[in-house]
Amino acid sequence: MKHTLSVLVENKPGVLARVAGLFSRRGFNIDSLAVGVTENPEISRMTIVLEGDNRVLEQVTKQLNKLIDTIKVSDLTAEESVERELVMIKVVAEPKMRSEIMQIADIFRARIVDVSPKTMIIEATGDETKINAMESLLKQFGIKELARTGKVALTRGLKSVQEWK
Amino acid sequence: MAKKVSGAEAFIECLYKENVEVIFGIPGGSLLPIHDELYDSSIRHILVRHEQCAAHMADGYARATGRTGVCMATSGPGATNLVTGIANAYMDSVPMVAFTGQVPTSMIGNDAFQEADITGITLPITKINYLIKDANDLPRTIKEAFYIASTGRPGPVLVDIPKDVQTAEIEFEYPKTFELRGYKPTIEGHPLQIKRAIKAIMDAERPIVYAGGGVIISNASEELRALAELALAPVTTTLLGKGAFPESHPLSLGMVGMHGTKYANYAMTETDLIIAVGARFDDRVTGKLDAFAPNAKVIHIDIDPAEISKSVSVSIPIVGDAKSVLKELIKGLIGASRTEWLKKIEEWKKEFPLRYDRSGKTLKPQFIIEQIHEVCPDAIITTEVGQCQMWAAQYFKYTKPRSFISSGGLGTMGYGFPAAIGAKVGCPDKTVIDIAGDGSFQMTCQELATAVLNDIPVTVAILNNGFLGMVRQWQELFYDKRYAATYLGTSPDFTKLAEAYGALGIEVVKPSEVKSAIEEAVTSDKPAVIDFKIDPEENVLPMVPAGAAINEIIDYEG
Ligand SMILES: Cc1ncc(C[n+]2csc(CCOP(=O)(O)OP(=O)(O)O)c2C)c(N)n1
Ligand SMILES: [Mg+2]
Repeated sequence: MKHTLSVLVENKPGVLARVAGLFSRRGFNIDSLAVGVTENPEISRMTIVLEGDNRVLEQVTKQLNKLIDTIKVSDLTAEESVERELVMIKVVAEPKMRSEIMQIADIFRARIVDVSPKTMIIEATGDETKINAMESLLKQFGIKELARTGKVALTRGLKSVQEWK
Repeated sequence: MAKKVSGAEAFIECLYKENVEVIFGIPGGSLLPIHDELYDSSIRHILVRHEQCAAHMADGYARATGRTGVCMATSGPGATNLVTGIANAYMDSVPMVAFTGQVPTSMIGNDAFQEADITGITLPITKINYLIKDANDLPRTIKEAFYIASTGRPGPVLVDIPKDVQTAEIEFEYPKTFELRGYKPTIEGHPLQIKRAIKAIMDAERPIVYAGGGVIISNASEELRALAELALAPVTTTLLGKGAFPESHPLSLGMVGMHGTKYANYAMTETDLIIAVGARFDDRVTGKLDAFAPNAKVIHIDIDPAEISKSVSVSIPIVGDAKSVLKELIKGLIGASRTEWLKKIEEWKKEFPLRYDRSGKTLKPQFIIEQIHEVCPDAIITTEVGQCQMWAAQYFKYTKPRSFISSGGLGTMGYGFPAAIGAKVGCPDKTVIDIAGDGSFQMTCQELATAVLNDIPVTVAILNNGFLGMVRQWQELFYDKRYAATYLGTSPDFTKLAEAYGALGIEVVKPSEVKSAIEEAVTSDKPAVIDFKIDPEENVLPMVPAGAAINEIIDYEG
């Protein structure tokens, strides 16, 4: 099963390498990993999506916690949380196809962020299912390039993952 | 008021604050400012002949004394030479701080002369490592490094110091405190789990204590003994747990696992409760996992939560320091009686003792180890890796913690001799003997120069079989005696080699010469090498083949 981990780490050089190295060394597979600084500039949040049973998850959590620069690890899978990914898709868009592509973008509340004589770039945010659905619909026009951020997530409501305070 | 000093001076000040008495190392271009300051300091610097050995010496020093070992190497090749020693310390949880010189900050990343990304290289084999880019961070970084290396589950920490950081001027002040949000080792066990453990021990019929290196690291031998005696539970140890429980004690089962005693392996297979303390269920211990202790509940006491349920699933996990947790357990235990279980163990011990051919027709390595024990039962024994290591583990009776020092997790040939030097530096009043193989010793024998010139009298007892014996044994048993690349031959002449370095060299070919040779070596007050020409095809038995269950044991016929 898929798990989403939210990991707070010290915002220091080498920390990303440590986390990535840990995953490859111990044979854990990551689907995606997104990193960015939090409201506290000394701390970054990593959102890691991985596939594995509870045993794997337990090991991953313990090994992450063992890193000196890891401040807190939370499994958001069981929590009420909001999860988002951002994608940009460059599709082949001859003038006569444009309106159809724009309609699809509209349905997914996506935006057109670039238009050239032969292509368009569509930007969308959403959860994984939505992004996958949009991608498969756009395939018929020909996808020239695609960039996805990987998932970021926060728990809903008052609860937060910020042990340090 | 903070005083103005160079980074190199600050470095020395920091080491004073951490009570460092000795550094093992080799200088180089990127360390010149630090070595220049060391020259006037009261810290002893022992110049070694290969940086790998600097790390092993720091490691041996740490294991023998319980204090943090320190080694140092220059940038590039000096730093990369440390890598095996650091990995070795990491696998066996040894507190060590390794310092490396680095090219100036302005040149980092340019493939400068003697530049190596040593923090990148040692990422998976250090608890944490640091590249100091600003001299002002130096005092805090060094304080953190010593703190992290020696607390929780100990391990090596590397600090990389560019040359310009060593020469920069800073206002020196050693921080009193620091904040490590992500590092708070749990010392005390959870009271509820401790209660559950006490009940499980009282309820068990056939309990066994399985003790590892963590007991020694935590200085918990007294508590372990009290637990075993109260619970009337026999005690088996891992390789690194040797010395955690006196092997002369009636409840001692010796070592478990691949080359463990038969009775320890049988007891482990039949037990209904394993009380694991500071041990990690390594594959050399468990053998085939599905068949390991099939009827047992497991209590696992360990300071590292990541070890719990890693390979064997645990019913009562207790995260905490062994000493503190054992103290709590002892408080709750009432003396038990278990006549049946203990009787069964006595029978196993009688029926399946460790055996070898004692006829004296050839020189047997097991006999040599027994003689070493007879001559100096209180010695610190270090080992190389291979058959020699296993005989040293099986035939010497360890009764005190920190008396057996061996490369367990990494299995590093060449470890024992530099570790012996480090142990002797830390414990100058102890007799220190490296039980060596002819193959292993040749990996680090150049340190004879270090031992002779610094007057560090350790003895190397080479069990010389002319083979990479342990590999040959596997070839004999599992590869039709096809001895591919395991014959070492008869060169060098180890006595002459020792003499060339200014050490004492003794050759022994007959059983009758063994004892006097050992006596001569350990009383000579010189580094000494004894070349024991042993029976070349002697095997280490009993043996559990890799992948078999630990009660499926190969032993001598008859
Ligand atoms: C650095 C290193 N290289 C290779 C090995 C693999 N290895 C394990 S035991 C062994 C043979 C050791 O020979 P020796 O030191 O003569 O000891 P013996 O087994 O003969 O007692 C080898 C090559 C190792 N453990 N370490
Ligand atoms: Mg040999």
